[in-house]
Amino acid sequence: MEFRYLPMTERDKQEMLDVIGVDSTEELFSDIPDNVRFKGELNLKKPANEASLKKELAGMAAKNANLSEYSSFLGAGVYDHYIPSVVDHVISRSEFYTAYTPYQPEISQGELQAIFEFQTMICELTGMEVANSSVYDGGTALAEAVTLSAGQTKRDKIIVSKTVHPESRAVIHTYAKGQNLKIVEIDYKDGQTDLDQLRNEIDDNTAGVVVQYPNFFGQIEPLQEINSIIRQQKKTMFITSSNPLALGYLTPPGDFGADIVVGDTQVFGIPAQFGGPHCGYFATTDKLKRKVPGRLVGQTTDEEGERGFVLTLQAREQHIRRDKATSNICSNQALNALASSVAITSIGKQGLRKMAVLNMQKARYLKQQLEKAGFPATFDGPFFNELTVKLPENVTNVNEKLLDSRIIGGYDLAKAYPELEGHMLIAVTEIRTKAEMDTFVKELGDIHGE
Amino acid sequence: MANKDFPLIFERGQEGRTSYSLPELDVPELDLDSEFDDAYIRTEAPDLPEVSELEIMRHYTALSKRNYGVDSGFYPLGSCTMKYNPKINEDVARLDGFSQLHPHQDPKAVQGAMEMMYDLQTSLAELTGMHEVSLQPAAGAQGEWTGLMMIRAFHEANDDFNRTEVIVPDSAHGTNPASVTVAGFDAVTVQTNEHGLVDLDDLKRVVSEKTAALMLTNPNTLGLFEADILEMAEIVHHAGGRLYYDGANLNAIMGYARPGDMGFDVVHLNLHKTFTGPHGGGGPGSGPVGVTSEIAPYLPKPLLVKKDGEYLFDDDRPLSIGRVKPYYGNFGINLRAYTYIRTMGAEGLKKVSEYAVLNANYLMRKLEKEYELPYPQHCKHEFVLSGKNQKKLGVRTLDIAKRLLDYGYHPPTIYFPLNVEEAMMTEPTETESKEMLDGFIDAMLSISEEAKNDPEIVQEAPHLTPVKRMDETTAARKPVLRYSK
Repeated sequence: MEFRYLPMTERDKQEMLDVIGVDSTEELFSDIPDNVRFKGELNLKKPANEASLKKELAGMAAKNANLSEYSSFLGAGVYDHYIPSVVDHVISRSEFYTAYTPYQPEISQGELQAIFEFQTMICELTGMEVANSSVYDGGTALAEAVTLSAGQTKRDKIIVSKTVHPESRAVIHTYAKGQNLKIVEIDYKDGQTDLDQLRNEIDDNTAGVVVQYPNFFGQIEPLQEINSIIRQQKKTMFITSSNPLALGYLTPPGDFGADIVVGDTQVFGIPAQFGGPHCGYFATTDKLKRKVPGRLVGQTTDEEGERGFVLTLQAREQHIRRDKATSNICSNQALNALASSVAITSIGKQGLRKMAVLNMQKARYLKQQLEKAGFPATFDGPFFNELTVKLPENVTNVNEKLLDSRIIGGYDLAKAYPELEGHMLIAVTEIRTKAEMDTFVKELGDIHGE
Repeated sequence: MANKDFPLIFERGQEGRTSYSLPELDVPELDLDSEFDDAYIRTEAPDLPEVSELEIMRHYTALSKRNYGVDSGFYPLGSCTMKYNPKINEDVARLDGFSQLHPHQDPKAVQGAMEMMYDLQTSLAELTGMHEVSLQPAAGAQGEWTGLMMIRAFHEANDDFNRTEVIVPDSAHGTNPASVTVAGFDAVTVQTNEHGLVDLDDLKRVVSEKTAALMLTNPNTLGLFEADILEMAEIVHHAGGRLYYDGANLNAIMGYARPGDMGFDVVHLNLHKTFTGPHGGGGPGSGPVGVTSEIAPYLPKPLLVKKDGEYLFDDDRPLSIGRVKPYYGNFGINLRAYTYIRTMGAEGLKKVSEYAVLNANYLMRKLEKEYELPYPQHCKHEFVLSGKNQKKLGVRTLDIAKRLLDYGYHPPTIYFPLNVEEAMMTEPTETESKEMLDGFIDAMLSISEEAKNDPEIVQEAPHLTPVKRMDETTAARKPVLRYSK
């Protein structure tokens, strides 16, 4: 069998063995003791040639109902936005995607500058002073924020609103266990964080308060009031997770006094791809810049005074500080941060608010049509591009029927909120058309009428 | 101080210029602002770029020319496994049937994606000799932490709450001790002996009833196989601890040895190293974990399982450590790894390790003539040279690395591992041809000559790169982390 990624010929191999001074490659493995040697053949599928493998995998792909061929109303943290064509053309340049972390700045200025630009865009969107080069995703970014707040305040209680994404909360719980932190979840009232409960829970052992804006139900949390409650406790950190597209219309959390703002830039140029990789962003106040997890790019000059960029403040990081590092994170999501930078650039200063508004207008149209059809919204507060409605039957059953009409229905809230049995979380992006929404409402009505 | 030739995206374009193409508003327009309290309506637009589509392409094309990837040239970064990133992987990952899937879709509607994941889990279990695999961790460091959290949960389930220490070799990658801390343990160092292997006497000294685990990379970061692994496993297991395998160096031993057969209880793999996920300029990666049947109940949830011919996400796992990441892991990277494993099969993957080791030994034997080789035995997929001889001439390893840039090569990993003075950790990978290796050898040998005869040319390198050495001190002292007008 020939393997196209392995260039050595028999002649090469022989010449190299002669240089090394052994008779066979087997001798190079003689340091692996016999009692741990694997002697059989690995039980893997036979090697496949390129043509047949492509066909096989295309067949596997074809078994899946995909967002390009179906009308999707599913959001809940991952959104079906249009990805400008330029994005894939840029990230397909192999100087970017086959590069390692830019530890050699002299030959990595392209990547470093792109990340510096990404950091700037995140600061602009969130209203924060510092942003890092990205972390895994929005969920783990929240867990990192929680860890940072506990380390910085030397406190071990974290308050998390139940309107934060359930899977992000689950991740926070796992990280908290490692750090011996106590997580207190507070309820929601009318689809927003229960502020009375927040007032009661916050105390001088609270390291941080975590809310989401817009929250998991799509509702806009009252950050102004939340901030004033938090500020009554000195040191307690105000942590917000935000959909960055919503910040094209909404006042950014930085303006409300947030200490740490995180989220996911999947909305900008990153396909849903079954949940990952996406791209977490991590933004803070200037005061926290030496506590930020992950890589940071800074501007400097070279010996000849030319502007250039380097990885900086590395004394925070695991490869220098080892067990004293601010986080164990090593990689970032550089390629996805690049994709988001290109998408944000394409939408641009002029387009961002228009795109946000388009999402909002369409979501409101659908809300009205659903109400007319007898499916009232669960919550009345201001919202971005997601809404929850009450259906007369189990959402997962409804979704199964919708699938027959090539519609991917919304998120079944009962999965994470048992009290919301029959409530569907519906997302509307700029690419859903009036016709698709009308069909969706009609199908829901038909299912209900059965 | 703006560089006219290489403006930032914010320094290009003109106010009012756009390149967006948004769908039409095809529904009646409502007054949105009346719905909101004024305080929540953004008054100042974020200062984002205002450029045309062509300006975007020119900008990023210019940046890409100031970057260096595996497709640009040789990249012998030790421990990073900078092998070729196959193009079919990229094509497959872009199929709508994979890239356009939402993680909350009904599992019945995404059985093809789940089949791929299941098949990958099974293949990785087979390659590592482990019982079960989860694809959830986002990258190697997260895999390490996930593994340690599982070991912690295992001990706690046995009412054993006193195991507070994790033993890590002094040659370990920095993520190891950092992950130990994040998982709530204390890192304890075990020394390397004069042969570059874990010192068994020191291991016996540091192991105790407090030992939760030993974290090990095998072959280790010096590129040497820890031949006493079974004895080490015995020492740690006897004390009640568990063995953690850092899969960073699996590229050396596929088909030759498996962590599960060496006594390891938990492993993580870096799919962006051994299994050709592109490094992307720093990520995304993927760091699946594999475990023995004893540790399996603690795997992150949900776990992808197959039941009566159907693929399911099993959330009913009461002993699970919980979620480590939203959704199911970095699917797009896992898909690339799967495509690679299907391309190579058992026969191909064994050849991968054979050639990775052959290439490393060939380079090592050629370079040891001029560069100090602290551990002279055969290496596995990588080896560590010391720049000691050159340092005596006033040329440091950093200078050698920078001079290599002038010769058109990416340098090896430098100053790591920490237990070798002026270290140069070199990993050629199996995808490089002999001509490429010979070219690199020639460059390294000429630099050694330059160090003797013309040290300034090395000390002042690089001379031919787009920018010269950077002022990193000022960057850290007075950080400028974003653009401001």
